Amino acid sequence: MSNQQPSSGNPRVDVEYRRRKSAEEMRYQIVTFALMIFLTIVAFVAVGYEGFSGWFTVPFILLLAVIQVIFQLYYFMHMSHKGHEAPTLFLYSGVVVGAVTILAFTTIIWW
Amino acid sequence: MQAEEKFTYETWPAEPEKATLEAKNKFLGFWFFLGGETVLFATLFATYLALKDKVPSAEHALAKDIFEIPLAFTATMLLLTSSLTSVYAMYHMKNFNFKKMQLWLGFTVLLGAAFLGLEIYEFYHYVHTFGHTFTSSAFGSAFYTLVGFHGAHVAFGLLWIITLMVRNSKRGLNLYNAPKFYVASLYWHFIDVVWVFIFTVVYLMGMVG
Repeated sequence: MSNQQPSSGNPRVDVEYRRRKSAEEMRYQIVTFALMIFLTIVAFVAVGYEGFSGWFTVPFILLLAVIQVIFQLYYFMHMSHKGHEAPTLFLYSGVVVGAVTILAFTTIIWW
Repeated sequence: MQAEEKFTYETWPAEPEKATLEAKNKFLGFWFFLGGETVLFATLFATYLALKDKVPSAEHALAKDIFEIPLAFTATMLLLTSSLTSVYAMYHMKNFNFKKMQLWLGFTVLLGAAFLGLEIYEFYHYVHTFGHTFTSSAFGSAFYTLVGFHGAHVAFGLLWIITLMVRNSKRGLNLYNAPKFYVASLYWHFIDVVWVFIFTVVYLMGMVG
Protein backbone atom coordinates (compact mmCIF):
# COMPACT_ATOMS: atom_id res chain seq x y z
CA MET A 1 0.00 0.00 0.00
CA SER A 2 2.68 2.44 1.00
CA ASN A 3 4.96 2.02 -2.00
CA GLN A 4 2.52 0.52 -4.51
CA GLN A 5 5.14 -1.85 -5.87
CA PRO A 6 3.85 -4.04 -8.68
CA SER A 7 2.94 -7.47 -7.41
CA SER A 8 3.74 -10.05 -10.08
CA GLY A 9 6.96 -10.94 -8.27
CA ASN A 10 8.92 -10.66 -11.50
CA PRO A 11 10.53 -7.21 -11.76
CA ARG A 12 11.26 -7.64 -15.50
CA VAL A 13 7.61 -8.13 -16.37
CA ASP A 14 6.59 -5.18 -14.21
CA VAL A 15 9.20 -2.97 -15.82
CA GLU A 16 7.86 -3.82 -19.27
CA TYR A 17 4.34 -3.06 -18.12
CA ARG A 18 5.39 0.22 -16.56
CA ARG A 19 7.38 1.29 -19.58
CA ARG A 20 4.33 0.71 -21.79
CA LYS A 21 2.04 2.51 -19.37
CA SER A 22 4.32 5.47 -19.14
CA ALA A 23 4.69 5.67 -22.93
CA GLU A 24 0.91 5.59 -23.23
CA GLU A 25 0.64 8.35 -20.62
CA MET A 26 3.14 10.39 -22.62
CA ARG A 27 0.95 10.09 -25.72
CA TYR A 28 -1.96 11.60 -23.76
CA GLN A 29 0.34 14.42 -22.68
CA ILE A 30 1.27 15.19 -26.29
CA VAL A 31 -2.39 15.21 -27.33
CA THR A 32 -3.12 17.51 -24.36
CA PHE A 33 -0.36 19.87 -25.41
CA ALA A 34 -1.55 19.95 -29.04
CA LEU A 35 -5.08 20.71 -27.85
CA MET A 36 -3.86 23.48 -25.56
CA ILE A 37 -1.90 25.11 -28.37
CA PHE A 38 -4.92 24.78 -30.65
CA LEU A 39 -7.26 26.40 -28.09
CA THR A 40 -4.76 29.21 -27.57
CA ILE A 41 -4.51 29.92 -31.28
CA VAL A 42 -8.31 29.88 -31.64
CA ALA A 43 -8.59 32.41 -28.78
CA PHE A 44 -6.01 34.76 -30.32
CA VAL A 45 -7.60 34.47 -33.78
CA ALA A 46 -11.07 35.17 -32.33
CA VAL A 47 -9.73 38.39 -30.79
CA GLY A 48 -7.70 39.37 -33.87
CA TYR A 49 -10.67 38.88 -36.20
CA GLU A 50 -12.65 42.10 -36.52
CA GLY A 51 -15.97 40.45 -37.43
CA PHE A 52 -16.93 39.27 -33.94
CA SER A 53 -18.45 41.58 -31.34
CA GLY A 54 -17.15 41.63 -27.76
CA TRP A 55 -20.41 40.05 -26.59
CA PHE A 56 -19.42 36.90 -28.44
CA THR A 57 -15.63 37.01 -28.09
CA VAL A 58 -15.34 37.51 -24.31
CA PRO A 59 -17.47 34.54 -23.16
CA PHE A 60 -15.97 32.44 -25.97
CA ILE A 61 -12.32 33.01 -24.99
CA LEU A 62 -13.18 32.56 -21.29
CA LEU A 63 -14.68 29.19 -22.13
CA LEU A 64 -11.54 28.24 -24.09
CA ALA A 65 -9.39 29.24 -21.11
CA VAL A 66 -11.43 27.09 -18.73
CA ILE A 67 -11.20 24.07 -21.05
CA GLN A 68 -7.45 24.56 -21.41
CA VAL A 69 -6.93 24.82 -17.65
CA ILE A 70 -8.94 21.62 -17.08
CA PHE A 71 -6.59 19.82 -19.48
CA GLN A 72 -3.57 21.28 -17.70
CA LEU A 73 -4.86 20.23 -14.26
CA TYR A 74 -6.07 16.75 -15.14
CA TYR A 75 -3.30 15.67 -17.51
CA PHE A 76 -0.17 17.77 -16.94
CA MET A 77 -0.74 17.93 -13.19
CA HIS A 78 -2.10 14.34 -13.06
CA MET A 79 -5.36 15.14 -11.26
CA SER A 80 -7.00 12.43 -13.36
CA HIS A 81 -4.85 9.82 -11.55
CA LYS A 82 -6.15 8.05 -8.49
CA GLY A 83 -5.05 9.35 -5.10
CA HIS A 84 -5.97 12.94 -5.95
CA GLU A 85 -9.10 13.29 -3.81
CA ALA A 86 -7.52 15.70 -1.33
CA PRO A 87 -5.85 17.84 -4.04
CA THR A 88 -9.23 18.06 -5.79
CA LEU A 89 -10.90 19.22 -2.57
CA PHE A 90 -8.16 21.79 -1.89
CA LEU A 91 -8.12 23.18 -5.40
CA TYR A 92 -11.88 23.46 -5.85
CA SER A 93 -12.25 25.05 -2.40
CA GLY A 94 -9.79 27.69 -3.62
CA VAL A 95 -11.74 28.05 -6.87
CA VAL A 96 -15.04 28.59 -5.01
CA VAL A 97 -13.61 31.29 -2.73
CA GLY A 98 -11.85 32.89 -5.72
CA ALA A 99 -14.98 32.82 -7.88
CA VAL A 100 -17.06 34.52 -5.18
CA THR A 101 -14.38 37.20 -4.80
CA ILE A 102 -14.32 37.87 -8.53
CA LEU A 103 -18.12 37.92 -8.67
CA ALA A 104 -18.23 40.44 -5.83
CA PHE A 105 -15.55 42.70 -7.31
CA THR A 106 -17.15 42.78 -10.75
CA THR A 107 -20.80 43.21 -9.72
CA ILE A 108 -21.18 44.76 -6.28
CA ILE A 109 -18.24 47.17 -6.44
CA TRP A 110 -18.34 50.09 -8.85
CA TRP A 111 -17.15 53.66 -8.94
CA MET B 1 11.47 1.99 1.59
CA GLN B 2 14.22 4.34 2.70
CA ALA B 3 14.73 7.78 1.23
CA GLU B 4 18.48 7.29 0.77
CA GLU B 5 18.24 3.76 -0.63
CA LYS B 6 20.02 3.20 -3.96
CA PHE B 7 17.71 2.23 -6.78
CA THR B 8 17.98 0.74 -10.24
CA TYR B 9 15.56 1.06 -13.12
CA GLU B 10 13.99 -2.26 -12.03
CA THR B 11 13.53 -1.39 -8.35
CA TRP B 12 12.42 2.22 -8.82
CA PRO B 13 8.82 2.48 -7.51
CA ALA B 14 5.97 3.30 -9.88
CA GLU B 15 5.02 6.47 -7.98
CA PRO B 16 8.30 7.76 -6.51
CA GLU B 17 6.64 11.10 -5.74
CA LYS B 18 4.45 9.37 -3.16
CA ALA B 19 6.61 6.42 -2.09
CA THR B 20 7.71 7.66 1.36
CA LEU B 21 5.74 9.26 4.18
CA GLU B 22 7.62 12.52 3.71
CA ALA B 23 6.77 12.44 0.00
CA LYS B 24 3.09 11.90 0.75
CA ASN B 25 3.09 14.82 3.17
CA LYS B 26 4.83 17.03 0.62
CA PHE B 27 2.35 16.09 -2.06
CA LEU B 28 -0.64 16.84 0.15
CA GLY B 29 0.84 20.01 1.64
CA PHE B 30 1.78 21.35 -1.75
CA TRP B 31 -1.70 20.90 -3.17
CA PHE B 32 -3.07 22.68 -0.11
CA PHE B 33 -0.69 25.53 -0.89
CA LEU B 34 -1.91 25.57 -4.51
CA GLY B 35 -5.49 25.93 -3.24
CA GLY B 36 -4.33 29.02 -1.33
CA GLU B 37 -2.47 30.32 -4.37
CA THR B 38 -5.71 30.00 -6.35
CA VAL B 39 -7.42 32.34 -3.87
CA LEU B 40 -4.45 34.75 -3.94
CA PHE B 41 -4.51 35.06 -7.72
CA ALA B 42 -8.31 35.20 -7.82
CA THR B 43 -8.28 38.25 -5.54
CA LEU B 44 -5.68 39.90 -7.78
CA PHE B 45 -7.82 39.13 -10.86
CA ALA B 46 -10.87 40.53 -9.06
CA THR B 47 -8.98 43.73 -8.27
CA TYR B 48 -7.76 44.01 -11.84
CA LEU B 49 -11.26 43.53 -13.26
CA ALA B 50 -12.67 46.16 -10.89
CA LEU B 51 -9.94 48.69 -11.74
CA LYS B 52 -9.41 47.96 -15.43
CA ASP B 53 -9.26 51.16 -17.50
CA LYS B 54 -9.84 53.31 -14.40
CA VAL B 55 -7.50 56.17 -15.30
CA PRO B 56 -7.25 59.73 -13.99
CA SER B 57 -7.52 61.55 -17.33
CA ALA B 58 -8.64 61.01 -20.90
CA GLU B 59 -5.04 61.13 -22.19
CA HIS B 60 -4.00 58.11 -20.17
CA ALA B 61 -3.55 54.92 -22.21
CA LEU B 62 -6.23 52.22 -21.80
CA ALA B 63 -5.92 48.44 -22.08
CA LYS B 64 -6.91 48.45 -25.76
CA ASP B 65 -4.16 50.99 -26.53
CA ILE B 66 -1.24 49.16 -24.94
CA PHE B 67 -1.74 45.41 -25.47
CA GLU B 68 -0.63 43.79 -28.74
CA ILE B 69 -1.21 40.30 -30.07
CA PRO B 70 2.40 39.38 -31.09
CA LEU B 71 3.89 40.02 -27.64
CA ALA B 72 1.13 38.25 -25.68
CA PHE B 73 1.13 35.35 -28.14
CA THR B 74 4.90 34.84 -27.96
CA ALA B 75 4.89 34.90 -24.14
CA THR B 76 2.02 32.39 -24.08
CA MET B 77 3.76 29.99 -26.45
CA LEU B 78 6.99 30.15 -24.42
CA LEU B 79 5.22 29.33 -21.15
CA LEU B 80 2.94 26.64 -22.63
CA THR B 81 5.94 24.89 -24.18
CA SER B 82 7.85 25.06 -20.91
CA SER B 83 4.92 23.26 -19.30
CA LEU B 84 5.35 20.44 -21.83
CA THR B 85 9.11 20.21 -21.28
CA SER B 86 8.56 19.84 -17.54
CA VAL B 87 6.09 17.02 -18.28
CA TYR B 88 8.91 15.36 -20.26
CA ALA B 89 11.23 15.83 -17.29
CA MET B 90 8.76 14.05 -14.97
CA TYR B 91 8.33 11.27 -17.54
CA HIS B 92 12.08 10.62 -17.33
CA MET B 93 11.98 10.91 -13.53
CA LYS B 94 9.40 8.11 -13.43
CA ASN B 95 11.61 6.05 -15.76
CA PHE B 96 14.60 6.62 -13.45
CA ASN B 97 16.56 8.49 -16.12
CA PHE B 98 18.28 11.25 -14.19
CA LYS B 99 20.31 12.73 -17.08
CA LYS B 100 17.30 13.15 -19.35
CA MET B 101 15.25 14.59 -16.51
CA GLN B 102 17.96 17.19 -15.91
CA LEU B 103 18.13 17.93 -19.64
CA TRP B 104 14.39 18.59 -19.93
CA LEU B 105 14.37 20.62 -16.72
CA GLY B 106 17.14 22.64 -18.37
CA PHE B 107 14.89 23.33 -21.38
CA THR B 108 12.10 24.31 -18.98
CA VAL B 109 14.40 26.80 -17.26
CA LEU B 110 15.52 28.28 -20.60
CA LEU B 111 11.94 28.76 -21.80
CA GLY B 112 10.94 30.22 -18.44
CA ALA B 113 13.87 32.62 -18.53
CA ALA B 114 12.93 33.69 -22.07
CA PHE B 115 9.39 34.34 -20.86
CA LEU B 116 10.67 36.42 -17.97
CA GLY B 117 13.00 38.41 -20.25
CA LEU B 118 10.08 39.15 -22.57
CA GLU B 119 7.97 40.30 -19.63
CA ILE B 120 10.70 42.68 -18.46
CA TYR B 121 10.91 44.13 -21.97
CA GLU B 122 7.11 44.40 -22.02
CA PHE B 123 6.95 46.40 -18.77
CA TYR B 124 9.79 48.64 -19.97
CA HIS B 125 7.91 49.22 -23.22
CA TYR B 126 4.65 50.17 -21.43
CA VAL B 127 6.43 52.56 -19.09
CA HIS B 128 8.47 54.32 -21.78
CA THR B 129 6.04 54.32 -24.70
CA PHE B 130 2.73 54.87 -22.91
CA GLY B 131 3.68 56.31 -19.50
CA HIS B 132 1.71 53.35 -18.09
CA THR B 133 3.35 52.88 -14.66
CA PHE B 134 2.49 51.42 -11.28
CA THR B 135 1.52 54.85 -9.95
CA SER B 136 0.09 56.48 -13.09
CA SER B 137 -3.42 55.07 -12.56
CA ALA B 138 -5.47 52.54 -10.59
CA PHE B 139 -5.45 50.52 -13.80
CA GLY B 140 -1.64 50.56 -13.77
CA SER B 141 -1.45 49.51 -10.11
CA ALA B 142 -3.83 46.60 -10.62
CA PHE B 143 -2.15 45.51 -13.85
CA TYR B 144 1.42 45.50 -12.52
CA THR B 145 0.36 43.84 -9.26
CA LEU B 146 -1.38 40.97 -11.05
CA VAL B 147 1.07 40.39 -13.90
CA GLY B 148 4.07 41.23 -11.69
CA PHE B 149 2.98 38.72 -9.06
CA HIS B 150 2.83 36.09 -11.76
CA GLY B 151 6.25 37.16 -13.05
CA ALA B 152 7.64 36.87 -9.51
CA HIS B 153 6.24 33.34 -9.36
CA VAL B 154 8.05 32.53 -12.60
CA ALA B 155 11.28 33.97 -11.19
CA PHE B 156 10.88 31.99 -7.97
CA GLY B 157 10.08 28.80 -9.92
CA LEU B 158 13.22 29.27 -12.02
CA LEU B 159 15.40 29.68 -8.92
CA TRP B 160 13.72 26.68 -7.32
CA ILE B 161 14.26 24.36 -10.30
CA ILE B 162 17.85 25.57 -10.84
CA THR B 163 18.63 25.01 -7.14
CA LEU B 164 17.23 21.47 -7.28
CA MET B 165 19.19 20.71 -10.46
CA VAL B 166 22.48 22.00 -9.04
CA ARG B 167 22.12 20.52 -5.56
CA ASN B 168 21.26 17.06 -6.87
CA SER B 169 23.52 17.05 -9.92
CA LYS B 170 25.94 14.52 -8.41
CA ARG B 171 23.40 12.66 -6.29
CA GLY B 172 21.28 11.10 -9.00
CA LEU B 173 17.66 10.14 -8.38
CA ASN B 174 16.45 8.66 -5.12
CA LEU B 175 13.33 8.84 -3.01
CA TYR B 176 14.76 11.83 -1.16
CA ASN B 177 14.82 14.13 -4.18
CA ALA B 178 12.22 12.63 -6.58
CA PRO B 179 9.30 14.21 -4.62
CA LYS B 180 11.14 17.54 -4.63
CA PHE B 181 11.41 17.49 -8.43
CA TYR B 182 7.78 16.40 -8.73
CA VAL B 183 6.48 19.20 -6.50
CA ALA B 184 8.57 21.80 -8.35
CA SER B 185 7.04 20.62 -11.63
CA LEU B 186 3.54 20.93 -10.12
CA TYR B 187 4.40 24.51 -9.19
CA TRP B 188 5.58 25.18 -12.73
CA HIS B 189 2.33 23.84 -14.21
CA PHE B 190 0.35 25.98 -11.79
CA ILE B 191 2.19 29.07 -13.03
CA ASP B 192 1.05 28.10 -16.50
CA VAL B 193 -2.55 27.65 -15.29
CA VAL B 194 -2.49 31.22 -13.94
CA TRP B 195 -0.98 32.50 -17.18
CA VAL B 196 -3.83 30.96 -19.21
CA PHE B 197 -6.21 33.24 -17.31
CA ILE B 198 -3.84 36.22 -17.53
CA PHE B 199 -3.52 36.04 -21.31
CA THR B 200 -7.27 35.57 -21.64
CA VAL B 201 -8.56 38.08 -19.07
CA VAL B 202 -5.84 40.73 -19.22
CA TYR B 203 -4.45 40.64 -22.75
CA LEU B 204 -7.19 39.23 -24.96
CA MET B 205 -10.12 40.84 -23.11
CA GLY B 206 -8.06 44.03 -22.95
CA MET B 207 -7.72 44.06 -26.72
CA VAL B 208 -11.42 43.39 -27.19
CA GLY B 209 -12.09 46.56 -25.18
